[in-house]
Amino acid sequence: MECVFGLVGKGFALVVADTSAVHSILLHKTNEDKIMVLDSHKLMGASGEAGDRAQFTEYIQKNVALYQFRNGIPLTTAAAANFTRGELATALRKNPYSVNILLAGYDKETGPSLYYIDYISTLHKVDKAAFGYGSYFSLSMMDRHYHCDMSLEEAVDLVDKCIIEIRSRLVIAPPNFVIKIVDQDGAREHAWRESIKDAPISAA
Amino acid sequence: MARYDRAITVFSPDGHLFQVEYALEAVRKGNAAVGVRGTDTIVLGVEKKSTAKLQDSRSVRKIVNLDNHIALACAGLKADARVLINRARIECQSHRLTVEDPVTVEYITRYIAGLQQKYTQSGGVRPFGLSTLIVGFDPYTGIPSLYQTDPSGTFSAWKANATGRNSNSMREFLEKNYKETSGKETVKLAIRALLEVVESGGKNIEVAVMTKDHGLRQLDEAEIDAVVAEIEAEKAAAEAAKKGPPKET
Repeated sequence: MECVFGLVGKGFALVVADTSAVHSILLHKTNEDKIMVLDSHKLMGASGEAGDRAQFTEYIQKNVALYQFRNGIPLTTAAAANFTRGELATALRKNPYSVNILLAGYDKETGPSLYYIDYISTLHKVDKAAFGYGSYFSLSMMDRHYHCDMSLEEAVDLVDKCIIEIRSRLVIAPPNFVIKIVDQDGAREHAWRESIKDAPISAA
Repeated sequence: MARYDRAITVFSPDGHLFQVEYALEAVRKGNAAVGVRGTDTIVLGVEKKSTAKLQDSRSVRKIVNLDNHIALACAGLKADARVLINRARIECQSHRLTVEDPVTVEYITRYIAGLQQKYTQSGGVRPFGLSTLIVGFDPYTGIPSLYQTDPSGTFSAWKANATGRNSNSMREFLEKNYKETSGKETVKLAIRALLEVVESGGKNIEVAVMTKDHGLRQLDEAEIDAVVAEIEAEKAAAEAAKKGPPKET
């Protein structure tokens, strides 16, 4: 039921994820952030087993930071993607992680990029990608409307189209989504798309 | 492996650990390093022995980051330093991963000192031949700290300290001239202490300044030269003042 998708635009990359934390039939919270900021210019959106998601993405984040301290320069997005894939591959036939990852980053020399890394260590460099049941709808939407070098407005518009499809066609559609962007100015939250706001706790 | 568990560091009849003391000798032969703690700034300075003409001096960084808010300078065997610094960097990230908190300066100092001590009580290994100066700001209270460790594994906090070559002279100078400083004054105090034992000039010293908001910043040669010039000018003015106003004949 987790929906994560992303695309590359002109000088930026977007990663979108739903923000529901679900356990069996219970919705724990609707503002769970599943897109980790790996470093100043990288985003890692993850879906899958909740514990594995948090553990694995934090582990990758700390290793990316360690590389920077050891070498004085940050990892490129491609290097981070390959490192992530390697970690998944090593664990695969012992203690596999059930996490699907979309890694988006911006490098000064090569611009924005997006990597698709699934739970059995498939690695693809792509322009657009999606995971989860929502992918049936968002991939079709992106196939229809995506083109190279989209502007930010066009890209966010496409993201909204995908979210509308997910909300209207997925039987248990997640209510809220977060959109994060990475460009030359860094990785940051761009917007939320909320249809449910957690009610404030009333005084006793 | 039986050949390798013969301990190298053993007690002498009069209670000395000679290997540790010899390691301290190695430190005394290393380049001079000084650390000064101000109210909002901490400064680390290291002597740069004349670099070979063909060597790329940028590849020899003597003051390093352990984490965003912690830095380290050392005196002694540089190869040993690489090993210790690597372990410390891993520990900084590991701590963040397990407890979701950055390390405090004291924690990482205790870790490094613990590592140095372990190698004075293990079979088949020799102690690390370096003393470190560790500086940083507490991640939550923002209080600056300066710590020193040595090959025996002891550590303590200091307001200002020096290690390496001629550290005694530098420490004496600091004891005489230390006062609570901030910003540029802290930088000046550290450089003044270094200049006691090093030939003056930006080419011969490496200085890095750590502040809470900007982390560690290496000063470039021009900046160091500027401060050195200021110090020399102040010294000259003090000399002239000492000579006193011209006496009436």
